[in-house]
Amino acid sequence: MQDARCKSQVTGHRSLDAWWAIALLVGVIASLLVIGVVAAQGGTVTDDQVNAIAKRLNCPVCENVPLDVCETQACVQWRDLIRQKLAAGEKPEQIINYFQTTYGDRVLQEPPRQGFTGLVWILPFVGLVAGMAILVVVLRRMTARPAPVQLETAPSESADEYRERLERELKELG
Amino acid sequence: MVSDIGLIAVLLAFASGIYAIIAAVYGARNKRDDWAMSARNAALVIAPLLTLSALMIIYSNLTGNFRLEYTSHVSSRSTPTILKITALWGGQNGSLLFWSWLMSIFVAGVMLRKWDKNRDLMPYVIAVAEITQTFFLALVVLFANPFAKLWQTPAGDIVGAVFGASSLFTPLSSLGFSGIAQTLFAPLGSLPFTPADGQGLAPLLRHPGMVAHPPFLYLGFVGFTIPYSFAMAALITGKTNDDWIRTTRRWTLMAWLFLGIGLLLGARWAYDVLGWGGYWGWDAVENAALMPWISGTAFLHSVMIQEKRGMLKTWNMFLIILTFAQVILGTFITRTGIISSVHSFARSSIGVPFLTFTGVMLVGSIGLLLARLDDLKSENKLDSLLSREAAFIAQNGLFLIINLAVAIGTYFPIFSELLTSNKITVGAPYYQSVVGPLLVPLVLLMGVAPLISWRVASPQALTKSALYIPGPITAVALVIIFVLGIHNPMALLGLGLVIYAGVIIAVEYVRGVRARHKTTGESWPIALWTLVGRNRRRYGGYLVHVGIVLMGVGIVGTHFYQQETQQALAVGQSLSIGNYKVTFRQLELVPSGQADKNIISARVDVSENGKFLTTMRPYQEQYTNGERMTPPALLGSMKEDLYVLLGGWEADGSLATFKVFINPLVNWLWLGGLMFIFGTLVAAWPSAAEERRAVSVERRALSANAAR
Repeated sequence: MQDARCKSQVTGHRSLDAWWAIALLVGVIASLLVIGVVAAQGGTVTDDQVNAIAKRLNCPVCENVPLDVCETQACVQWRDLIRQKLAAGEKPEQIINYFQTTYGDRVLQEPPRQGFTGLVWILPFVGLVAGMAILVVVLRRMTARPAPVQLETAPSESADEYRERLERELKELG
Repeated sequence: MVSDIGLIAVLLAFASGIYAIIAAVYGARNKRDDWAMSARNAALVIAPLLTLSALMIIYSNLTGNFRLEYTSHVSSRSTPTILKITALWGGQNGSLLFWSWLMSIFVAGVMLRKWDKNRDLMPYVIAVAEITQTFFLALVVLFANPFAKLWQTPAGDIVGAVFGASSLFTPLSSLGFSGIAQTLFAPLGSLPFTPADGQGLAPLLRHPGMVAHPPFLYLGFVGFTIPYSFAMAALITGKTNDDWIRTTRRWTLMAWLFLGIGLLLGARWAYDVLGWGGYWGWDAVENAALMPWISGTAFLHSVMIQEKRGMLKTWNMFLIILTFAQVILGTFITRTGIISSVHSFARSSIGVPFLTFTGVMLVGSIGLLLARLDDLKSENKLDSLLSREAAFIAQNGLFLIINLAVAIGTYFPIFSELLTSNKITVGAPYYQSVVGPLLVPLVLLMGVAPLISWRVASPQALTKSALYIPGPITAVALVIIFVLGIHNPMALLGLGLVIYAGVIIAVEYVRGVRARHKTTGESWPIALWTLVGRNRRRYGGYLVHVGIVLMGVGIVGTHFYQQETQQALAVGQSLSIGNYKVTFRQLELVPSGQADKNIISARVDVSENGKFLTTMRPYQEQYTNGERMTPPALLGSMKEDLYVLLGGWEADGSLATFKVFINPLVNWLWLGGLMFIFGTLVAAWPSAAEERRAVSVERRALSANAAR
């Protein structure tokens, strides 16, 4: 917008006196400098930096699509917003927080680890511990007696004995 | 109208299904063989009837019969012929019919092949299988009818209804059957409506991968109905020995294979079409298909213990019930979109019937299982914690935990939305950090388990066979990998484990072949051939493990070492990624040959370490309806894929944005997929010896009868 307005002034007032012309020139140079600085700042924000943050967010429209790979208009705008915020010097965590507080938890690829949603992280480990406990109980119940050392079923694996075992199993199966 | 033939056929199939259930149960309870035979015939006739219906949908799509609501949704005049055919499963209503059709073929196959072998189980197998079949046909007829025609209501709306305007519409709706009313009837005064053209399939679904992916997935889903039906029949009749497992072993293996192929095709489709650099996004719909495969894998392993040692009978019943429940839930999730939002579930016409069926099925199966617990007592005790049996049990536990973790991630958003009205997303990071670590002990077990003998294993012998040869080979391989530049400890652990498992399998093969070569004097290749041929199940299983090993290499490579960059390039500028340099040369409009599609292609030159390699052409397809597709241009080798996407561009072609990935070792994944298919086929291939044994069992049974 700034740019367009400046342009229309330059083309619209050709018959101004010298002072005005000088003032305008200074103004134009100043605004060009400002634009240049802003552009240089924006230029330091690479697509990769934007994507690194977008990866941790979701597309606002599509289900479960990370923001960095989505091509919908909404996602393009969000990525531009990330770029602007990076250019303005915001830290990645600030930007993620901004999206989370504005749009809710669903914009996060990883659900928050506190509160109710923290359960999603805890439950698998509860399951793992419970599963291992059940496994131990079941295995103990299934085990009849302490394992006897049965020499005939615990062969030392010399080539001959292995061959024998193999042949025995082959016979069993075939 | 010709499509009415299809409608009549579906209605007849529905009626046959109901009749088959009643006749089968009546015949079994009253020991009336004629009723059981009649039920069998009713079940058999569903297959040709549904074949006819499916053909009628295809015919309607081919001839552009846009009066039919379904055809007008999934087909259009400009749709290519092949897609008009595959549009049979391109939308919800057609895919439910397709599901039912595949199921009827599976059931008919079982009836024809296994009728005489398992006579006592069969009536109940029919009853259980036909309950599922009839449920799906009820959905097709009453809630999602692909033969509904289009009508214009007096209010001007366009609606689909099977029978058109009827005075039954209002009373049915007011009685609470609005779903059924809307499927069958249109409001009074509605007039036939035929649009000039159909909408056609969504662009994303036009890819060959998407054409082949659903049928395999459905074949897998449907296939698990067979072992489930036999399991339930075994519970009902009280014949809870391992007959049902032996009879359905191959059917289960095929269902598992189809589901696996479906998953692989889905992954390949995502990689080739979605353009995000990966192949597995842990999306709810993907997970829905993965979960029955996981529990099915546990089942395939644990039935071996029952066959060999008569143990884990209850557990196997539980696993097949779980697998089948996850199949039904998987279809349900895919078709109702409940995960994306509880509200889309409410909007879906099939949500409530599906949930009801799943509930009834679970309560019924678990109830039966509990009633038969006494019959399912183990015939043997576990001799030692260091035995093949114990290893299998531990492996089963791990599979179930992984299944649970995936289920928690998949279903948690529903509960979060219902209980706290906080919508959340559980994305890939959750699954990677929870499932990843669980794969470590699983792969270790996969490697070591074949070395642990049944009943009791000696620790000394095990240590020897597990370490002496595989240990040093794995260590040497790891050193080489380290020197090649892989230093991430997690990646080294992962690669070390899969290499270790692979080496053990190789050693098993070499030992087996050498033993045959020595004892029989066969030449090496012949010895290999007969070794595998005589033990297809064992050595085919090993090949499946080799497939998993290869896939593991690909997964480790892409997970730990994927690189990506995105840059806007002016003509002549280049970007660097890894050792590659990608230079933008030109943007061009390519004729697409389709009216609703534009193709914009970029020419880029690729060099590696300063040496020109090739020219690649990433492109974007733009559809007039606003959809876009960005398939990658690929430069692949066993080392890595260079994956180049055209992201965007300036209208004058001076500037274009590229997203470039390096996916290390990704092709090992696809190779592993092929090995998985090959290995499963080897394991499932009927062997002459097995057939002979089956015949001799029958003969014995016959002579026993004669003696009596």
